[in-house]
Amino acid sequence: MLLLTCPHCGLAVEETELSPGGEAHLKRFGPGSDEDAFEEYLFLRDNPKGPTLERWRHSYGCGKWFIAARDTATNRVFGTYPAQTGGPPDWIVKAMEAVR
Amino acid sequence: MKRYSVFAIAREAARYHDGWERAWRSPEPKRRYDVIIVGAGGHGLATAYYLGKNHGITNVAVMEKGWLGGGNTGRNTTIIRSNYLQDPSAAIYEKSRSLYETLSQELNYNVMFSPRGVLMLAQTHHEVRGYKRTAHANGLQGVRTEWVDPARVKELCPIMNIHGPRYPVLGGLWQSRGGTARHDAVAWGYARACSDMGMDIIQKCEVTGIDTDGGKVVAVETTRGRIECGQLAGIVAGHSSVLAEMAGFRLPLESVPLQALVSEPIKPCMDIVVMANTVHGYMSQSDKGEMVIGGGTDGYVGYTQRGSFHHIEETLRALVETFPMISRLKMLRQWGGIVDVTGDRSPILSKTPVEGMFLNCGWGTGGFKAIPGSGWAMAELMAKGHSPLTAEFGLERFREGRFIDESVAAGVAH
Repeated sequence: MLLLTCPHCGLAVEETELSPGGEAHLKRFGPGSDEDAFEEYLFLRDNPKGPTLERWRHSYGCGKWFIAARDTATNRVFGTYPAQTGGPPDWIVKAMEAVR
Repeated sequence: MKRYSVFAIAREAARYHDGWERAWRSPEPKRRYDVIIVGAGGHGLATAYYLGKNHGITNVAVMEKGWLGGGNTGRNTTIIRSNYLQDPSAAIYEKSRSLYETLSQELNYNVMFSPRGVLMLAQTHHEVRGYKRTAHANGLQGVRTEWVDPARVKELCPIMNIHGPRYPVLGGLWQSRGGTARHDAVAWGYARACSDMGMDIIQKCEVTGIDTDGGKVVAVETTRGRIECGQLAGIVAGHSSVLAEMAGFRLPLESVPLQALVSEPIKPCMDIVVMANTVHGYMSQSDKGEMVIGGGTDGYVGYTQRGSFHHIEETLRALVETFPMISRLKMLRQWGGIVDVTGDRSPILSKTPVEGMFLNCGWGTGGFKAIPGSGWAMAELMAKGHSPLTAEFGLERFREGRFIDESVAAGVAH
């Protein structure tokens, strides 16, 4: 079972308290976009075997969204940060690059 | 290839069983093949088999990074059924189920196909309507299923509690010619037949790169050197996205662990397969007496082949409610496989943006039942460039919005 620290309330919680939300930092496309853009946004995923950034919601806690950096091959967690950001902080990027 | 028969057993019994030959050869890879198939699981081997048998293409190599049938082929709950709602799904799954009927004779290898019947329980009024609709659709598709009432459910499966407190059984969708088969034997039987046709099955050989020239696939880089090919098929289930990345494109897939478990062996108590979607659990009894139980998928991408423990807890809670007598059973083993799930939960059998490269993936949580049909259709697609069975399962359907509205790969709400 995964243990993730919610960056909003600071609690280290088990995954049963959380809801997974899929790949993070997707670029959203709205009405009027072409088919390729919609396919990219709705369906195409990196689905990597290795470090990835993914969205989680602290459903049974503070209810807020955050992003976790995790290795999908080993379930090692590099860190978490609030969802209201454009990308991961430097220390997480460095930790992920170290295992790539 | 020496045929297996009662005479072969008698002959070998008379000479200390020293005459059995290896079921398939383990050759050194050649420099070039007409077709390279990546992934020696059921789907990959079946594709190779029907390429040879139906289309006469035998200069084929099947590459496998681990051992033959060691991925999801050896990790599923062996259920075979074809009671799907949509026509494209019913067509390919029923083709597959009908091929299973005679597969042992065709391959001269006992795959232990047991058409014991598959029962999908309806435990909400929504499910009742849904399954009645499916039964009608199956009637039009030529798939034999029927709607059965609770009394018949109890007759088919006496150990079931049909008056459960949360979700009483309101009926079920019954496919009498669905069932199970020996999953390893399916892979081994196809492998033996492929090897006999002169195809090379190369185990412990990982594909590490795909070489293209002018947008066309020309070779694969492997841990045993570069091997040229005319056509390439990626049939690697959970690792499809990894393979696609080597070829430079992305797929509408997410790979997640799906778990299963078996109990200690007990006396025969259940001679059909039961799937309960609402409470999320499915169970059958193996020939050894173990209760074979399918669990749920994780909600997030994972390549660990383990999965989260709480899904097992949820599955067992539901099954104990449905089958109270299993509450004291000890569980013997638990494992996970990495399943590749598409956006519409239907598979992809398709050409790709790279010319000469094909993909057979996205079977998600229900690929075992499809092995013969998938191989048959994929071989036709590769040999002829099109197949009626794969027409609706193209990669382009996600861009064009032509989804196959059938999110029931395993018949449970993953």
